[in-house]
Amino acid sequence: MRRVVPIGPYHPLQEEPEFFKLIVEGEKVVDLEINIGYNHRGHEFISQTLTWDQVPFLVERICGICSDSHPYAYVLAVEDIVHITAPPRAQYIRTIIGELERIHSHYLWLGLAGHFIGYNTVWMWVWRYREPLLDLFELIMGNRNHYAINKIGGARRDILPEDYPEIEKYLDLLEKKNAMFTNAILDDPVIRARLENVGVLTKEDAIAYAVTGPTARGSGYACDVRKDDPYDAYDKVDWNEIVFEEGDVLAKAKVRLLECDESIKIVRQCLKNMPDGPIEVRVDEIPPGEGIGRHEAPRGEVFHYVRSDGSNMPVRHKIRAPSYMNIASNVVAVRGYSIADAALVLAAVDPCYCCTDRTIVYENGKRKYSGQDLLRLSHKKTEKIRRRYRR
Amino acid sequence: MKKEYSKEILEEITKKFPEVTVKIHGPRRTYLRAPREKVYDFAKFLFEKKGFRLSIATGIDTRDGMEIIYHFTHDEAGTYYNIKTVIPKDDLKIKSLATFLPAANWIEREIHELLGVDFIGHPNLVPLLTAETWPADLCPLRRDYQDEHKELKIKKKAWEEP
Repeated sequence: MRRVVPIGPYHPLQEEPEFFKLIVEGEKVVDLEINIGYNHRGHEFISQTLTWDQVPFLVERICGICSDSHPYAYVLAVEDIVHITAPPRAQYIRTIIGELERIHSHYLWLGLAGHFIGYNTVWMWVWRYREPLLDLFELIMGNRNHYAINKIGGARRDILPEDYPEIEKYLDLLEKKNAMFTNAILDDPVIRARLENVGVLTKEDAIAYAVTGPTARGSGYACDVRKDDPYDAYDKVDWNEIVFEEGDVLAKAKVRLLECDESIKIVRQCLKNMPDGPIEVRVDEIPPGEGIGRHEAPRGEVFHYVRSDGSNMPVRHKIRAPSYMNIASNVVAVRGYSIADAALVLAAVDPCYCCTDRTIVYENGKRKYSGQDLLRLSHKKTEKIRRRYRR
Repeated sequence: MKKEYSKEILEEITKKFPEVTVKIHGPRRTYLRAPREKVYDFAKFLFEKKGFRLSIATGIDTRDGMEIIYHFTHDEAGTYYNIKTVIPKDDLKIKSLATFLPAANWIEREIHELLGVDFIGHPNLVPLLTAETWPADLCPLRRDYQDEHKELKIKKKAWEEP
């Protein structure tokens, strides 16, 4: 018998306004319907009413976690219209912030994933070492979350040479801790059993659904804007693209963990080779034309298309966040797994989350599971696996 | 650096689709203009034969008509191809790509509700972002859209039975 388990309109556990309608047969999920748009803010329209320099301020507020990605892609798009590139020092600054943001975003996901499967130690641990990074952001840019570093034609702030040792100090700490996490998480048989072969997204599906970022790289589809279409300092540093073939949740976690190591490598090289000089070029006028900006955000490719008619505002500004493509792929990834796994699989693509936890599950009009129940279901399964391993 | 073979691909495109005009904007940015009837075949060729990935599509309300741009990326070479087509405003119809490319599903629904373009053959052309009570003939991203929320005749609330 088929039943419907609606999850939402807030995402289970991740508190994003999305609605998932799981169609289940007993415990097994056979289909999924996704409904989004509960929090449509009309950024593309608002952007058409603001001047060129005001738009980074607006697009920075699209996402609270990867708040560097959107303005980054936007300024790259506008620089593409004007046919300029930022001065070398600004390029390095933007690259450093982009990479530090990737670390903090991946750690956020890792902590939450640990929480979902009942490993609160992982959660506390990972966030313990994410916190100094936010302090570092405050030190460099005066803000923990909205960095406001991107500007058309350069960077708004310089990274002072006095701050280099602070960044180095954090990277040293992180390098050790990241190795510890990687070993601890990948060696734990219970975590492995819980994540392995769960929520498999095959390479064919990854291509058909055009997923990006760790979701695609975990499925064996190598697409990374930093390698494919290098911008700013990414072609001046040496790093590796992490790709795994399995496509399950564990592969996505591995991609994220190992990517943090690569980010550390990139930031180190940038700090070492940081050139002197101006941090911005003056842009007086935006000529008519169109431009495309792509940035590899922690979740995948952020894409901005901007069209100008020579006036002081964009005529059209198209924004695509990576989750737009990644969430749609859940339809195939969740099929065939149990409800207890669903919460984890739906979270595996790392949709942007914030705020409080709220899930209400209705069955035949009666409220049955809350967000806490969903967590409990997930924790129960981990407990079951754990007992099996203890024996 | 990635292997550069954008030239070969452009040559192949112009040979296979002579009606497509090419404009090279930068080293890795290309704009292609195709007539409306050819977009489906062209996109299918790029996706299935050449392994392009659909990034997103953009709909723009311009003076000449509704402009649809499909943004394709060629990850092997790192090049970006934008297929542009203009649809006359009195006949807003185009063949849907979602029949062979699931990635186009959501964005075509979005363009349909925001700009009123009909995608023929789309499996599920229901509104994506606007509320269930939003009138179907009101397209909020069009130039001629007037902000008259207060006068909207919303018949029923979402949770009420019809």
